[in-house]
Amino acid sequence: MPLDAAIASPTTTACVHCGLPAPDDDAPAFCCHGCEAAYSLIATCGLDRYYTLRDTPEHGELPASSDHTYAEMDDPSYHARHVIMTRDGLHAIELSLPSMHCGACMWLLERLPRLVRGVAEARVNLRQATLLVRWDNRAVPLSRIARTLDTLGYPARALAPDSQRQARIAANRRDLAHIGVAGACAGNAMLYAICLYAGLFEGIEPGPATMFRWLSLCVTSVALAWPGRVFFANAWASIRTRTPHLDLPISFALIAGGGWSLIATLTGKGEVYFDSLSVLVFILLAGRYLQKRRQQAGSDAVAALFTLTPTRARRVEGNSLREVPIESLALGDEIEVRAGDSLPADGVILAGDSSVDQSLLTGESRPAPIGVGSRVCAGTVNLGDVLRIRVEKTGDSTRLAGIVRLVEQAAQRRAPIVLFADRLAGLFTVGMPALAAIVAIIWLFIEPSRSVELGVALLVVTCPCALGLATPLTLVVGLGRAARQGLLIKGGDVIQRVAESRLILLDKTGTLTLGRPRVCAWEGDESIRPLVAALEGRTAHPVAQALREGYEHVALHVEKATHTTGAGVTGVVAGRTLRVGSPAFVARTLVPHEAASMLARTTQIAREGLTPVVVGVDGVLGAIALLGDDVRPEAADAVARLHALGLRVGILSGDHPSVVDAVARRAGIDSSSVVGGLSPEDKVARVQLARGGGRVVFVGDGVNDAAALAAADVGVAMQTGAEAALAAADVYIARRGLAPLIDLVVGSRTAMRTIRQNLVASFIYNVLAVTGTLLGLVTPLLAALIMPMSSITVLSVALRSRTFREASPTPPESHP
Amino acid sequence: MSVLYLMVPMALVLGIGAVIAFIWASKTGQYDDVDSPAHRMLHDDPPDPQATDTPGNKTNSRTP
Repeated sequence: MPLDAAIASPTTTACVHCGLPAPDDDAPAFCCHGCEAAYSLIATCGLDRYYTLRDTPEHGELPASSDHTYAEMDDPSYHARHVIMTRDGLHAIELSLPSMHCGACMWLLERLPRLVRGVAEARVNLRQATLLVRWDNRAVPLSRIARTLDTLGYPARALAPDSQRQARIAANRRDLAHIGVAGACAGNAMLYAICLYAGLFEGIEPGPATMFRWLSLCVTSVALAWPGRVFFANAWASIRTRTPHLDLPISFALIAGGGWSLIATLTGKGEVYFDSLSVLVFILLAGRYLQKRRQQAGSDAVAALFTLTPTRARRVEGNSLREVPIESLALGDEIEVRAGDSLPADGVILAGDSSVDQSLLTGESRPAPIGVGSRVCAGTVNLGDVLRIRVEKTGDSTRLAGIVRLVEQAAQRRAPIVLFADRLAGLFTVGMPALAAIVAIIWLFIEPSRSVELGVALLVVTCPCALGLATPLTLVVGLGRAARQGLLIKGGDVIQRVAESRLILLDKTGTLTLGRPRVCAWEGDESIRPLVAALEGRTAHPVAQALREGYEHVALHVEKATHTTGAGVTGVVAGRTLRVGSPAFVARTLVPHEAASMLARTTQIAREGLTPVVVGVDGVLGAIALLGDDVRPEAADAVARLHALGLRVGILSGDHPSVVDAVARRAGIDSSSVVGGLSPEDKVARVQLARGGGRVVFVGDGVNDAAALAAADVGVAMQTGAEAALAAADVYIARRGLAPLIDLVVGSRTAMRTIRQNLVASFIYNVLAVTGTLLGLVTPLLAALIMPMSSITVLSVALRSRTFREASPTPPESHP
Repeated sequence: MSVLYLMVPMALVLGIGAVIAFIWASKTGQYDDVDSPAHRMLHDDPPDPQATDTPGNKTNSRTP
């Protein structure tokens, strides 16, 4: 296999499929059965090239496959909603596979027809992480295809209802065509304008001059009448509804400039401004297109959240079960949720003992145990046993729907940002001819023969680029550089808000801590730690890894090792019988009073937010290991640097206050700005409170943080975040730790400094140019020469700025 | 300079041709996905007799 033991340590090797540590006794080594199943599926279909294509080890963990059955995908109502029949009798569906992220994923997925008989075609769209599958429904049900994808590590779900998507795709294509036309018109009009300007300098025969005027009239008419008519339509709507709209002044500028130039062309006297008009149309359309795309990505992620609640529920009716659409669920109904299904409604457990994956709501990936009487939320996934639930809230009143609503509201609040550059360009287009007219009139009294010439010179010399381009260009350059460093910033306005921020609020996990358990304390006999490490030496479970840490090279013989899933492990090491696992698992072999005191202690530990792992030695309590999420080694240093930048740092966390306090102490964060035990709603309230004292950056990752991310001036989502968090966030950081946060702050401040420099410079330039023209010092020829100079100056200042130039080194991860 | 009367309109006609081609390309969905084809090209494997239904004969259109 190409993936040999390159990253393996002496005692373990890398799992062939996912690269995690695995026992090295077999030829292809696996860390778990899931990886083995995925590997054998890929290998038996002759697709092992996948492993050479993908770039391990930085590829990182593959998502573990779930136990989901995907049975709902064969339901007729599901087909009616998501599946299209194609002309050749095949079915087609577009699936979203969020875990697809590289060329190798694409290569493997497009070979789905070889993995599953009956699949005719699979086409990947890498950017949107979607897969278009065409298959023969008689040969294979959709659920089997989905299960195969799941085995490979790509849990699938259908995209939003199709008609909506088709409409959006059509709109996207139309926008692109419009931008293309506008761009071509602008380019040609500019070429003709260059000829005409050159004519002012060199002299031009009247014939070609007339031709260039007429040609630029033609291309500009096309630009105005086709792509540009959207401005007129919006302006008309704005007049009718009497609501001010940015397109109104733009339309006025277009009509005024166009009318003036048209008369000049027809009469053959005066200047034409067709180039500025068509360039204006092009720039505005392109800017709006990019903005729209960004907003759509956000709303997609919110829509994806909705698909996480099932569309059907199994309602208990007397002694039987009936599948009902989720809309017909009423309060007080009793429903059954099978293992692997996500919950359709909020409710209380009536029967069943299980655990749920609440990562969607809390960001906590560890399953939460639940029992009779526990409250559960829609959107969480039942991992263990069959549950009976009494419905308390459905549909829009569930907690998940509430969070989704908060995210949507926040997105709307931000969407209609009227671009400063737009307004400036519009003002310029209106203001320039007016100012030129004033100059011409003034000079009419001083020296009539130079009047027109100087009016033209003013039109040429005043540089909207210097003012209007400086700001967006610096921001765009900054955005691009930041993206290359793994900082995805959603807009230029975000840079401004980051630069003005004075307070950073962090969620604990992922930013300050490593996000994996570590032994924080060991209560009891230290000498048995090597024995425990040896016993745990064969499993990839995070708890086992934590217990092994620091004792990797212990070579003790283990006999009779037995694992009990979800409880612990027993075995004989160095002649002593060890029992390591959950308190209840070990308590069984202890004498009653020792068991009772141990359980009391472990309950207390659990209340403090740590995970107790108990070690029993020969039937006696040996030790209790306290496992917790450890603080990143570089956290204190990074927090100190943020302090040095004049930022206050605080923590808002859903974890137990004592844990949060401990983390804050070790990271050097003042305890007065640290709050633990917060619900998502509390976080929003805290963020809003903090905003009273200035701009606030909130850093988080889970869906539970989504609303707080949206509520903050700047929401920063970290690497492992859920999609809702990404939708609500303004910045997405693809690197771990706090270093990128420092880069973000420093880079944003540099960008804003550059912008201010540029604005001042172009203001001075324009003032000088206008004054010079008013005094009659600037001729059209001179103007045509110095105008590009100012643009070039502005461009080079923006491009040469040190914005987001240097990335702080990312600390090495012991488990990538 | 009378050659300009021929050359400039000709250049414009060529430009119009390019614009028409662009409109056609965007309306048939060729810009819907600009990332995947680059990867697809690099990762093609030797022809496989089993895979009769190769994706190559399909258009890139998102409307099946």
